[in-house]
Amino acid sequence: MPKVIENVGCPYCGCSCDDVRVTVSDDGKKVLEVENVCAIGTEIFKHGSSDHRIRKPRLRQPDGSMKDITYEEAIEWTAQHLYKAKKPLMYGFGSTNCEGQAAAARVMETAGGMLDNCATICHGPSFLAIFDNGYPTCTLGEVKNRADVIVYWGSNPAHAHPRHMSRYSIFPRGFFTGKGQKKRTVIVVDPRYTDTANVADIHLRVKQGHDYELFDAFRMVVNGHADDLPDVVADVPKEQILEVAEIMANARFGTTFFGMGLTHSDGRNHNIDIAISLTRDLNKVAKWTIMAMRGHYNIAGPGVVWSWTFGFPYCLDLTKKNYAHMNPGETSSVDMAMRDEVDMFINIGTDAGAHFPIPAVQHLKKHPWVTIDPSINMASEISDLHIPVCICGVDVGGVVYRMDNVPIQFRQVIDPQGLLDDETLLNKIADRLDELNAQGA
Amino acid sequence: METVTMTLVQHPELYLECYSVTPDLFAGKSLAEIADLPAHEGKIVWKLGDFFKFDGKSGATAAETRIIVNGDVHKMKRFGQQMTAGEILINSAADMYVGCWMRGGKITVKGNADAFLGIAMEGGEITVEGDATNHVGSAYRGDWRGMSGGLIRVKGKAGNDIGTAMTGGTIIIEGDAFIHVLTHADGGTVIIKGDVEGRVGGQMVKGDAYVLGKILYPLPGFKKVATVEKECDGQTYTFDQYIGDLGERKGKKKGEVIYGNIYLKA
Repeated sequence: MPKVIENVGCPYCGCSCDDVRVTVSDDGKKVLEVENVCAIGTEIFKHGSSDHRIRKPRLRQPDGSMKDITYEEAIEWTAQHLYKAKKPLMYGFGSTNCEGQAAAARVMETAGGMLDNCATICHGPSFLAIFDNGYPTCTLGEVKNRADVIVYWGSNPAHAHPRHMSRYSIFPRGFFTGKGQKKRTVIVVDPRYTDTANVADIHLRVKQGHDYELFDAFRMVVNGHADDLPDVVADVPKEQILEVAEIMANARFGTTFFGMGLTHSDGRNHNIDIAISLTRDLNKVAKWTIMAMRGHYNIAGPGVVWSWTFGFPYCLDLTKKNYAHMNPGETSSVDMAMRDEVDMFINIGTDAGAHFPIPAVQHLKKHPWVTIDPSINMASEISDLHIPVCICGVDVGGVVYRMDNVPIQFRQVIDPQGLLDDETLLNKIADRLDELNAQGA
Repeated sequence: METVTMTLVQHPELYLECYSVTPDLFAGKSLAEIADLPAHEGKIVWKLGDFFKFDGKSGATAAETRIIVNGDVHKMKRFGQQMTAGEILINSAADMYVGCWMRGGKITVKGNADAFLGIAMEGGEITVEGDATNHVGSAYRGDWRGMSGGLIRVKGKAGNDIGTAMTGGTIIIEGDAFIHVLTHADGGTVIIKGDVEGRVGGQMVKGDAYVLGKILYPLPGFKKVATVEKECDGQTYTFDQYIGDLGERKGKKKGEVIYGNIYLKA
């Protein structure tokens, strides 16, 4: 008799939807049906019970082929190389649970290496802006129940966060927003006419890379200098800036959602920095909040876990053993890889092979490379050792942090069939490292 | 003044953190004691003597100590960290953090210097004869107090984040700069003798930027108020004076609103 599991969390985007229904086979080994989830989320659940999954660690042989080995051998190989490396780097964590991230912190503290997460190529600049300027934010529940003006700035949830608009921002009918999208004003700021811009009331087609100037213009209007505004700012006419500023100032509750359009165009953290300054200005006349459109279902997790462990959310330098240091530009994964500053690389729960610049991957490839990931990806195919693990939210449960930093308990839906989860694997590596350190001391 | 000459004999495999190379730590030590000072390469703690050969003699105090660094040290960072007095001369390019948190003394780099040159500097003088990159005299991440005193002179070009959150002191870039000059500044002076791509004075409360070349994309938050004659690095020019950032908070002094200034050569 197939079993239906309710209120399951979806391990795809930063929406971390927790209303999924999954039907599994009698023996608990196959996912039969998935409901309330986007097309991409469906595929992740289906992949969990695919016959093509790798179930044993694979070590590269001198002839270039991959040979199946045991978990014990893989743990020994990884611990030995971590022990020998002067400056190992562990990077990833887009797709692991907080328990795994805490175990990773233990491994890298013991090994004395660098620890970084996908924020470094994603919302890292948002962290830097938040350090500089604060974070007047809210939860997605408040957006659903209160917001009447929504701004998507440099983000395209229609493609990147498929259920964001329907579950939290534009369409849902909340406690004070009973008329749903009919009573909401949606503003999209993007150089492209995206599918999100298609559902907006106003689309500001900002000149690519000049968002900072447009924010500055809005701040001038809010601070009473509208008369000094030039006729056109960043390709947006003055009349349109005044119109949108008027809507913002009259909002009952407004939220700005920002994405890679701001964090990965010139200026990076300063684009977010000035967006936060604008939010602060708007709070003199209305109620405004701002939120980063975090990419993965638990990419907010390492920021939270490592902040309470070490005091910094990403780009951690733990080589000094008795204190942590952080300064992106120096301790960030891509910068270190481009400068050839690390001598071992562990890619976990992400795909550096696909996401990093080619010269960075070429430098990393010169040194031992371990990939810890449930799937075959570009990183696993060029690594020296590939260790398959459970898919969080499918083979193993755990705590994840949604994009608004709300913790959600994810559930296990199918039997892991012998696969180790990240937490167990990493703790075994840390145990072995402790032994090696004790022998070496 | 006594001089210690350190000559590179061994390149590090990765990058070496030379936080011990300051007149403060060299002063009053014998050459053997200096060679025993620590330097980190990743998690390995080496001694300076593993990479350098030392000659000469150190002074009794930092102010009486001069350090000359010979050999290619472009893979070594943190020269002159937190130094208070004395001199360092680096005869090649150096890596990140030259003169970071420096409080006094003088550093000269004959080649290029990498990022975070003189961050959060409080006093003293840094001269880079080549180029600098990003974060010259800016604040450390999350700090709202950047460079507060002293002088940084870069004879080549620089990147972005020049004098971010600066509160005092002077930065002179003799070549071009990219974006973000004096962002978030609450004082201080930056002189760019070449061109700037844009974002000069964004979110600036107060401070002075002098640009002798062009600003490709000026910010909307700055308004032209006058044409003035002003002295800039020893020469007098005619400048168009812009005030701003009009979007940012402003203080008052004797009832007058204090703005940040951009002086753009007319």
